[in-house]
Amino acid sequence: MAADTTQQAKADLREPAGWRRTKNRIATALMVLSLVVVIIPLGFVLFTVIAKGASIISWHFLTSDIPPFVLPASYGGIGPAVLGTLLITALATVIAVPLGILGAIYLNEYGGKGLLGRFIGFMSDVMTGVPSIIMGLFIFSIWVLHFGYSGLAGAFALGCLMLPVVIRSTYEMLRLVPNALREGAYALGASKARVTMTVVLPAALGGIVSGALLAVARAAGETAPLLFTILGGLSAANLNMFSGANIALPLEIFSNASQPYPGAQDRGWGAALTLITIAFILMIAARIVTARFSRYSR
Amino acid sequence: MTAAAPADQPLRAESAGALSAKRPLGDRSFQIIALAAGLLVLVILVLIAATTTDQATSWFTKEGFSGIFSKTWDINTSHFGALSFIYGTAVTALIALILSVPVSLGIALLLTEVVPRRWARPIVYVVDLLAVVPSVVWGLWGVLVFAPWLMGIYTSIGNFLNGVPVLGNLFGPPAQGTVQGTSFFTAGIILAFMITPIITSLSREVIATVPTVDREGAYALGATRLEMIRGVVLPHSQGGIVGAVLLGLGRATGETIAVALVIGSSAQITSHLFAPGYNMPAVIANQFSEASGLQRSALMGIGVLLFILTIIINIIARGVVGRSARRGRGT
Amino acid sequence: MEEPELTVTDLPRPASPVQPPTRHLDGPLGETIFDVRNVSIWYGAFKAVTDVSMAIHENEITAFIGSSGSGKTTVLRSFNRMNDLIAGARVEGEMDYRGQPLYASDVSPAAVRRRIGMVFQKPNPFPKSIYDNVAYGPRINGERNKGKLDEIVERSLRRAALWDEVKNRLKTSGLSLSGGQAQRLCIARTIAVEPDVVLMDEPASALDPIATGAIEELMRELKSRYTIVIVTHNMQQATRVSDRTAFFSVLTGGDNDTRTGLLVEYGSTEQIFQDPTDPRTQAYVTGRMG
Repeated sequence: MAADTTQQAKADLREPAGWRRTKNRIATALMVLSLVVVIIPLGFVLFTVIAKGASIISWHFLTSDIPPFVLPASYGGIGPAVLGTLLITALATVIAVPLGILGAIYLNEYGGKGLLGRFIGFMSDVMTGVPSIIMGLFIFSIWVLHFGYSGLAGAFALGCLMLPVVIRSTYEMLRLVPNALREGAYALGASKARVTMTVVLPAALGGIVSGALLAVARAAGETAPLLFTILGGLSAANLNMFSGANIALPLEIFSNASQPYPGAQDRGWGAALTLITIAFILMIAARIVTARFSRYSR
Repeated sequence: MTAAAPADQPLRAESAGALSAKRPLGDRSFQIIALAAGLLVLVILVLIAATTTDQATSWFTKEGFSGIFSKTWDINTSHFGALSFIYGTAVTALIALILSVPVSLGIALLLTEVVPRRWARPIVYVVDLLAVVPSVVWGLWGVLVFAPWLMGIYTSIGNFLNGVPVLGNLFGPPAQGTVQGTSFFTAGIILAFMITPIITSLSREVIATVPTVDREGAYALGATRLEMIRGVVLPHSQGGIVGAVLLGLGRATGETIAVALVIGSSAQITSHLFAPGYNMPAVIANQFSEASGLQRSALMGIGVLLFILTIIINIIARGVVGRSARRGRGT
Repeated sequence: MEEPELTVTDLPRPASPVQPPTRHLDGPLGETIFDVRNVSIWYGAFKAVTDVSMAIHENEITAFIGSSGSGKTTVLRSFNRMNDLIAGARVEGEMDYRGQPLYASDVSPAAVRRRIGMVFQKPNPFPKSIYDNVAYGPRINGERNKGKLDEIVERSLRRAALWDEVKNRLKTSGLSLSGGQAQRLCIARTIAVEPDVVLMDEPASALDPIATGAIEELMRELKSRYTIVIVTHNMQQATRVSDRTAFFSVLTGGDNDTRTGLLVEYGSTEQIFQDPTDPRTQAYVTGRMG
């Protein structure tokens, strides 16, 4: 009898038999496969961009004017586009980030729970899903038709894109600040504005900056909003943000991508590598800020 | 210790006076500014709708409602119908979802159920890298590298399935012309790459709200991981996952630049997925700069349609996500 | 007539009988700081506290004791208008501070709170330096002069018995202090604005016994300069530090099974603990379960 029960006990401890176990294994394999299926093209893209772009990138390339498409890669560079991206994105940041922070302050500190507050929060999230090309068409209709193409118009379009993203990420950071801090400040006789600006914002600053950096990274890579606002097609840099067409890296890549000339395509790869590098730097900066300065995280 | 109390006492007794003070001006203006910033979101959305519709009126008045359902897109005859682009948007989005959803779910489940905590972080970073690649870089790689490579595959499949009913109509060569690397299907694949990070990360968040006790309950009954996932995780998170998928759909609908480069830029309605096509955002991106007059107005009109479509999808998506989040929290 | 039920949710059960207080209230009554007449406090439709009447006197330590939910903290927070921060909070009845109605329509809560400070149950130092924590109050009141601020910070930290421990690290974060130190920092922060009254909501409940002793010692020192009202769950603490004690209890019943707080008895600490008038007070202070 004893031998039988040990035999039985051993049998019970084995994994579920046959088909069930196989199904489980297949499922696990499929899950791993999905990860692989996604990593491979990502790897390919990055590899191609780095391989094709690295050979063309140089200080000369990053600072020279844009030559006609026909010319081979050794001529000229993408200087104006780099400058354009830096200036236009910076302008968009200056416009959108303060407004986004203020909007999030309204949602979290003032109006959040009421009907209007919840509606604004909801529509802000919906707005993050509006295609970026629509922002371009919008600014085209309301600004470019009256004032012409300019870096400023591009900044407006990018700003519209960044605004709801900054609102959402800032709102999440403000929410994490413990209420006890606010109460302590109120108890000392501070007004709501003061409590918000001198206690809540500083406490949430790390997370807010990090979220803003990610929004900037996204905006820097956007092409569609720039298509009808800065126009492109320049060969030399236009430092005047307020008048005249301009050029930026994404737009430059876009025009080069559809060219048959190898020179133009090479410049496209170089510009792509530059753009990805900028986006990566911003992303890493965001992670560093989160790690070192974010006091309250989920 | 510093000087004793008496010096402060008179101050205290008087201090009861002047309790009343008007709310400081700074406090009030701050609230107004913050409110204005919040309202800006609504103002912008309304302005977008208003200005783009206004620009599209000449197209709306000429073509009327039937403009939306017309297949013709002809500069010479000045007839602009949106149907082929709506078709293209639907097809590419559908392909993107079919390809992306199983993969995204697979990754999400992998990260929450299979992979040990320590490895989850770096894998999440890698998946997020997908999101950091700008659309135009996907497009550049797509048109210069991926599409030519796919051309070979499409040709083989196309030849193999030529004449086969149903499958031949989908994957065989079209009646006129050949299969192309830049086609509906390629656009769908690239879109799938781009929407996977969103669906994955949102699904992960939703799946993470499944209570551990429920998981443990299933395991305690001797369930395998797959059985636990099917019995506990999926039923619990299906609402949120639907929301995540809808958000991915919204993104696939609006994604412009990558699609503009790899879709083939040919306004046609065909069942052949390996044929070149067009969709709403792509035609705007490619043709707007050189367009004028009625064509420009038509493109604006397509923009209006796109705006309405994405707003609706996003409202539904956010509503679903919000409802499932509330249910998950038990409210 | 219905006897309101005494619901004893978590009466502390003292291991030994409560020590009789050793202070007597001699001499003339100080000025009335708070004059509370028939005050009821509502959160929306929920009546949290009903019909409280009492007077708080200058330079005394008044303790609010009673079981959970009896409204002690609600009444305390109404003294400095902190309940305003809760949506739907409403005060009925009259509450005067030094003869002035606290809830008059033209009264500014910020002005009230500069005169009536509060220390919370869980220490809540700002994520700023120790110096900036203490200087916060004076700064928002307009003090910009570095020399004056230095002086205020040192004086407040001395009065809070924290100076010697932190004088060499005023620039380090307030969050780096231990629980007891952090609470003394919060006290220093509160008295830096030279308030008239200091309210304390269970100031030592989150602290270990040694830190608690330090806080209680501090309270006795501060009494000469400020009026103090403290909410405490700890009856021995009440007997150790307070001159007057108010005993609150919970009124259950009504159709919604609601719990409303009410003031049962208020008197000198000696009288409350040694010779309470109301049987409910008697039951509470002797630890008998009702």
